[in-house]
Amino acid sequence: MNQKTSVVGAVHSLESFGLVDGPGVRFVIFLQGCRMRCRYCHNPETWMIPSLDHVDALPVASSPVDPDSITQSGSLTAVGEKTQGRLAKCTFTLWTAEALFKRAYRYHNYWKNNGGITISGGEPLLQMPFVTSIFQQAHSKGIHTTLDTAGQPFAPDDPAFMEKFDRLMAVTDLFMLDLKEIDPDCHKALTGWSNQSILAMASYLSDHGKLMWIRRVLVPGLTDDEDDLVRTRQFIDSLQTVDRVEVLPYHTLGITKWQALGLSYSLDGVPVPTDQQVEKAERLLGIRK
Amino acid sequence: MFSSDDWSGFEGRLWKEEINVRDFIQKNYKPYDGDASFLAGPTEATDKLWGRLQQLQKEERAKGGVLDMDTDIVSTITSHKPGYIDDTLKDLEKVVGLQTDKPLKRAFMPFGGIRMAEEACTTNGYTPSPELHKIFTEYGRTHNDGVFDAYTPEMKKARHNKIITGLPDTYGRGRIVGDYRRVALYGIDNLIAEKQKDFANCGDGTMTDDVIRLREEISMQIRALKQMKVMAASYGFDISKPAKNAKEAVQWLYFGYLAAIKTQNGAAMSIGRISTFLDIYIQRDLDKGTLTESEAQELIDHLCMKLRMVKFARIPSYQQLFSGDPVWATLEVAGKGTDGRSMVTKNDFRFLHTLENMGPSPEPNLTVLFSSSLPQAFRDYAAKISINTSSIQYENDDVMRPIWGDDYSICCCVSATQTGKEMQFFGARANLAKCLLYAINGGVDARTGEQVGPEYRPITSEYLDYDEVIAKYDRMMDWLAGLYVNTLNLIQYMHDKYYYEAAEMALIDTNVRRTFATGIAGFSHVVDSLSAIKYAKVKVIRDERGLAVDYQTEGDFPRYGNDDDRADDIAVELLHTFITKIRRHHTYRNSEPTTSILTITSNVVYGKATGNMPDGRRAGAPLSPGANPSYGAEKNGLLASLNSTAKLPYEWALDGISNTQTINPDALGHTEDERVNNLVQVLDGYFDQSAHHLNVNVFGKEKLYDAMEHPEKEEYANFTIRVSGYAVKFIDLTREQQLDVIARTCHAVL
Repeated sequence: MNQKTSVVGAVHSLESFGLVDGPGVRFVIFLQGCRMRCRYCHNPETWMIPSLDHVDALPVASSPVDPDSITQSGSLTAVGEKTQGRLAKCTFTLWTAEALFKRAYRYHNYWKNNGGITISGGEPLLQMPFVTSIFQQAHSKGIHTTLDTAGQPFAPDDPAFMEKFDRLMAVTDLFMLDLKEIDPDCHKALTGWSNQSILAMASYLSDHGKLMWIRRVLVPGLTDDEDDLVRTRQFIDSLQTVDRVEVLPYHTLGITKWQALGLSYSLDGVPVPTDQQVEKAERLLGIRK
Repeated sequence: MFSSDDWSGFEGRLWKEEINVRDFIQKNYKPYDGDASFLAGPTEATDKLWGRLQQLQKEERAKGGVLDMDTDIVSTITSHKPGYIDDTLKDLEKVVGLQTDKPLKRAFMPFGGIRMAEEACTTNGYTPSPELHKIFTEYGRTHNDGVFDAYTPEMKKARHNKIITGLPDTYGRGRIVGDYRRVALYGIDNLIAEKQKDFANCGDGTMTDDVIRLREEISMQIRALKQMKVMAASYGFDISKPAKNAKEAVQWLYFGYLAAIKTQNGAAMSIGRISTFLDIYIQRDLDKGTLTESEAQELIDHLCMKLRMVKFARIPSYQQLFSGDPVWATLEVAGKGTDGRSMVTKNDFRFLHTLENMGPSPEPNLTVLFSSSLPQAFRDYAAKISINTSSIQYENDDVMRPIWGDDYSICCCVSATQTGKEMQFFGARANLAKCLLYAINGGVDARTGEQVGPEYRPITSEYLDYDEVIAKYDRMMDWLAGLYVNTLNLIQYMHDKYYYEAAEMALIDTNVRRTFATGIAGFSHVVDSLSAIKYAKVKVIRDERGLAVDYQTEGDFPRYGNDDDRADDIAVELLHTFITKIRRHHTYRNSEPTTSILTITSNVVYGKATGNMPDGRRAGAPLSPGANPSYGAEKNGLLASLNSTAKLPYEWALDGISNTQTINPDALGHTEDERVNNLVQVLDGYFDQSAHHLNVNVFGKEKLYDAMEHPEKEEYANFTIRVSGYAVKFIDLTREQQLDVIARTCHAVL
């Protein structure tokens, strides 16, 4: 493919050995940029969205790259098929979809029939054409694809969005979707956004027969309200294609990243949940082990 | 043609016409592709004996690491009366024989060097015999005397400045695996008869050095075989004839090994590839109904218990190199035949199962000869044992089999050797990281200020130029390779002369092939430093003597361990350069030179003697172990790191490329089944790319911290971890080494 027309994405980091990000052994691509501001986020350095609404069309490796077309404050140097960028304190890399797929494919030896590629974030729905291109290449080689998304950008009333989304959905084998709170107000307090689009996406995926894993981060005193968990379960039960529901215990490993970015962390002093609290939440969500 | 009534039911012909254990195995073993459900738990006798042994181990630790020592008996095959784990329980021992007359009592072994044997006594509070002192200093000589009489000043300087380290010039070179199976299959009398034939056919009457030496060696071998019979008789066994059943086969084989460890204190004393062989005997007895599965497991448990007891008296400087009292009683399971059949038998399960019946243990150094085409049930079981005990290592049978065939053993931590056909001249390591610093400083060691290497022109520019550094490094490596090989030539000569391994060599073909095993230390730091010089800007900081003592690196550079070809290509080239230089030199007794990238725990000691590096490693910090990437270099997770290591061609490092990785159990999967599946996939994917070796640890850092702070806790008494090429009990490491283990990347994705 002509590199000038290849799709480009802003990538925060790569993990060659992801074992809890979808079935089996997975190559995980963490994209840069997310609009949500979840109070417990453990990767706040992936929030900043590089000002590239136009990543789709950006020329890469046809150096020199004009830095101003990509970031206001960062600098870029073209290095072959990828480009290093720096934005405030966030480091990201621009990859073409072809180069990144090739990189991921180096690990196919480890996948066999139990593994594949997971794209996570940041928020992958902000870079749909890039994700779609990688997943299309994966499917052409029979590789399993998983999209780990919060669903927030989902816009059922926007035909342009939905056209892109349907193309992506067609090449995605599994969606991992966080239902952070079922109550819209609580959700907004937790993340800065209503959960309307998220719930809409879950229903849309169910209607189209797409497999889902639903996850809930459990923060004591914040996301463990019994009534909310019961209602969450009722919503999950209304979906036809949920393959697995998981409770992810809140952990504090991300705090130092908030400090490094000069952000104030609102959950200081909040403990990690006990095993009993996790078991209770699992029971309320109807998880059988 | 040999014959014996005790071979009834065994197939094949060639192995009866000549000593050929491999042929016996191939004609008689039964591959097993079932699961682990047949395995039996520990018997009452096993529990009792193991309980007693654990008590003794506790006493040993309480006494500072040594329970008891000999001071006035020189260890030989027949030097001691029989010994048992506990005299009151001796009827429970299905396999008998100790190195001395008491359990965990360390023998006095002066032939490597009398001073070392004495120092081992005095540092542990024992007084060595003055009479033996007189004998070994006034009347006799040792290996150590011979070596130091012949060393050149240049060799001594290189040794003192630690650019060549860990040389076996004060103790046994080890790494020779007798084919102990021969004792069981043929009995000692047949082996003596064969050696006598070899003696009669040795030379045409012209007495060249080679012929004279070989005649003397064969005579020593025959004497050792006769002594093995005497030793066995003292325990009430006649091993002159072949073993009649499984119990005898295990016992006969162990007596062969016991003769080796009573006479040699090599760093590595492997027992070899015995599992499939013993399965043939066990299966015959099971089929006849003369043995139950529980009794079969008991035999294997008791053999492993003996291997857990092997001890040598060591001096403190040795223990810094090889920490945790290892003996590398390396034992292999699995692998495939050259005909493509899996060599996994039920016995391979039994050996791994000892880690469940008696808990984790560093010895024997259990090694799985791995292939992704081995039966799924076996790979799953091995992965499960890894996850639960962190006590086994994996080596790629698919890369070793084409070179060594299907009957090789692992003679040290990771190095292959053809069983009964080959021996190896072990030769420590050259510190290539230090060599790079010598190249920059014109052969001067900045730590001591001594001119150690040749006085080439140093680099004087402010910033390092890649081409200039490479050119100078190449010349300095020429010097180091030559000096290193010749130092080893001298050591091996003296070892043959003063400390010949008669017992082991008696169980190896007279017409033996020899390999000459060199090694590399500091690998990843050289690669990353060269990468920094090539891809970033490296400024030299010089002291008042004008010597480069530090480096400032500006800008990013690719590091080995990220599956980035820019760095990994440098790694591959470095290995090729070094082995090419080694191969240019004459090696003792026409041996075949090989090299390795493995460092045991000596990476800590080597690091202490190595200055600041251009990759940012600080002076004195431990080198990364074996072929592992440098600390903190891995930015893309475990598989990217594995892919980097997998690029190093095994064919250029036939002595082994060791890689140690630690995985957090929580990151490996949610359930046990998931964790097992995922680990098997990692192993399959890694070894399918022709990688050589992997140590797998599964635990979190928290456990290591807790074990370091609370070694007294019961749960840590046998807490075993894999380090470069072997396993140790974590609490037996020095604190420095414990911190080093903790500092290494723990792969945990959250």
